[in-house]
Parts: sequence; structure tokens; C-alpha cells
Amino acid sequence: MSMDEQQTSYAVKLPAFEGPLDLLLHLIKKTEINIYDIPISLITGQYLEYLDLMKSLNLTIAGEFLVMAATLIHIKSKMLLPISETDELEDETDPRADLVMRLLEYQRFKDAANGLETREQEWREVFYRPPAVGSGEPPDEVNLVDLSLFDLLDALRGIMQRAPEKRGLEIVVDELSVQDRMGLILDRLEGEESLTFNSLFERDTARLAMVVTFLALLELIRLKRVHIIQTELFGVIRVWKNMNLPLS
Amino acid sequence: MEEHELTAVVESLLFVSGEPVSLEKLAEVLEGIEPDRIRESLERLRQIYDVPGRGLQIVEVAGGYEIATRSDCAPWIKALEKIKTATRLSRSGLETLAIIAYKQPVTRGEIEAIRGVDSAGVLKTLMERRIAKMVGRREGLGRPMLYGTTREFLQYFGLKDLSELPALKDFREVAESLPESESIAEPAADVAH
Repeated sequence: MSMDEQQTSYAVKLPAFEGPLDLLLHLIKKTEINIYDIPISLITGQYLEYLDLMKSLNLTIAGEFLVMAATLIHIKSKMLLPISETDELEDETDPRADLVMRLLEYQRFKDAANGLETREQEWREVFYRPPAVGSGEPPDEVNLVDLSLFDLLDALRGIMQRAPEKRGLEIVVDELSVQDRMGLILDRLEGEESLTFNSLFERDTARLAMVVTFLALLELIRLKRVHIIQTELFGVIRVWKNMNLPLS
Repeated sequence: MEEHELTAVVESLLFVSGEPVSLEKLAEVLEGIEPDRIRESLERLRQIYDVPGRGLQIVEVAGGYEIATRSDCAPWIKALEKIKTATRLSRSGLETLAIIAYKQPVTRGEIEAIRGVDSAGVLKTLMERRIAKMVGRREGLGRPMLYGTTREFLQYFGLKDLSELPALKDFREVAESLPESESIAEPAADVAH
């Protein structure tokens, strides 16, 4: 690029839109038209121009923008159709009505978001103390968390640390397969609806056995035969039978 | 217990707690003392702090009382390296949160229907920041997850409870506010034409 080009080219700054509704509201406000009587042809034209502009700037256009374009064109075509006697009932509703409702509903929450933003600005300047004493209680508000593999690995590490690490003579005659252990876990779940993560390892004394149990659990999760849930942060991890699947 | 003693104890409890302490909790700890008296002592405490020359204040937030700094002190607090301010929420975060706050419990599908865009990522961020949480599942097809706000939400926005949120505008108010309001900088169509 030559110096000249660099000087004449300028960056176009686009207002960032959260989505197609946001863009439409912007166009409506800019053209100062009545939201209850949107000149759909005008707005569709402006909307499509905007998409073209985004394209020419190599911005990726999210699918939602295209869906809205299709909706606008659909409404436009409906409005062009003459009102026929036969589908009078259908024609009683303005084809734009749905869109108008969506725009207004969205604007309501945009306004509410502005309100939150004002509060945020104010309250970000206020600081609290962290708890002075480590509170033993779990927090009252907890997320129902589906756990990640790392949470499970953490739990396994906890169990392995509690297990005495036997040194010296330990001959493990390996009769444990992951397959068998999976069966064992499912058998135990037959009687109850859920088991704690820790109880799965009760009978495992050797670390190897624990690892096998753990692998079996992972495999069952992968096969969606069980799912694991922790109802509170750092709480007990429970293994649930997946009821929705036939045991085949 | 004498009035001044009670006030001192209440102050110490708020200091140590590090989270909003509800009146019920205080009454539980201060067994045998009338909740009304506790409330009075909280008010007294509030007044004690509410004078020039103090950097702290008693705030009523998230269903309880808490000791907090005064906002005038914020610049210096932020300069103290130990303190990190939470990153401000993005526009999409605020929008999503507004929908959750007013419509809870709400499913992701309902949020996306209002916003008109995919909201999975935003939702995840809000949950990671513990401003929103899963509150259960809706019965019915697919049993979708339901989302709601947390106590951290109330704290973050300095709200006593959800009823303190300003009422949502109705459609008429929204429509009336439309033409002249909003100043999105740089109208893009100028470039497009």
C-alpha cells in the first residue's frame, strides 16, 4: 500500500449491534418512523444495505441477521398481496404485528439493561470485605453443576490421597477389567437411584483398583448410562442412573 | 444488653461476616434480643458511619446488612494493587441479565427469542461470574434448564432484593420513547448510501 492510499483510506466505524433486532431498532429510530406503522419496504432496503456494508467490510454476518432479512422480505411480500375475500380472517392481522411486538419487547429489556448498567457503574465503586473467618458452611446459593472431567479428577485425587500407599510387596492379580467394573457400578445403581462418588471407591483398596473404577465411571458417563451431579459447590458428587436410556 | 453494647456487637458481626447479614441471622446470633432493637441498633450504626470523615458505610443489600466502602474512596482503593475490580459486564451480558432478572425463571430459548441472537456464551459467562445460576428445569419437552439471578447479582447491583428493580416499561412507554431517544454514534447508512 502506498503512502497516498494510506492517507485516503479511512476506517469505517460501525456501531456494534447485538443482533438483527438491535439493528432494526436503530434504523427505525434513525428514520424517525412510527414503530406501529413501519414502512416495511424502506426499512427492508436499509436493512439489506446494512448487511451489504457488513459484507463489504468482511464482517462475518451471523445467521440471525440473514433470518431477519428473510423475515422482512416475507412481510414485504405479504403486504404487496391484494387482500382477497377468501382469507379475510388471516388478513385481519397486520403482517408486521409480530415483528413490532418483538421489537418492543426487545427494547423494553434494552432499557432495563441500561438501568442495570447505571447501577453497575455506581456500585462498582463500593467494596466489601471478604469473610474474615473461613465459614464452614457452604454458600446458600449454589449452582446445580454438571461437573467437568477436572472436577472428577480432583475428587479422584482426594480419594487416592486417603488411600494408604502400600509400598513393598503387593502383587495385584489383575482380574479387574473396566468392563467388569462398569457392570458392578450399574448393578449397585439398580437398587438405588443415586450413589455418592466416594462410595464407588469403598471397596477399592489398591490404587490400581481405584483407577479402574474411575475409568469405568468415565466410560459410563461417555455412554450416557449415568450422569454425575454436584448440587453444591465443593459438595458431594453423586452418580445418577440415566433413566432415559434402555439398559441394553 | 445495653444499647451501646448491642450496637458494638452488631458492628463486629457485620465486620467479620464478609457477606450480607440478614436481620434474622442477627436475631439468631443475638438470642433473646428483640428484632426491633437490632433494627434500631443497625440504624444507629448507619448514622454513626454516615458522617464526614468516614470511609465506610452500612449498606442494605441482598437481603441483609453489610459494611462497605464509600464510593468516593474508590479511586484510591483501586490504586491499591491488591484490590481488583470486577470487569464490567458487556452489553450482551447486561441485556441477557436484564431478561433473566425480570423473567426468571427463564429458559435459554426464551432469552434468545427476546434478544434474537444466540445467547449460550453470554449465559455461560454470567454463570461463571455467579451473577446468574441454574434454578431447575422446566417440566415438558426436553426439560430445558431454567435460569435465575443469584445473591451475587443483588450485591453487584446494590439491590436489597428483586423487588427493588425498577418496573419494566410497558409497550406504550417503550414506543413513545423511541423516535427521539438513543444516540448511537456514527449512523452507518451514511456510509452505505
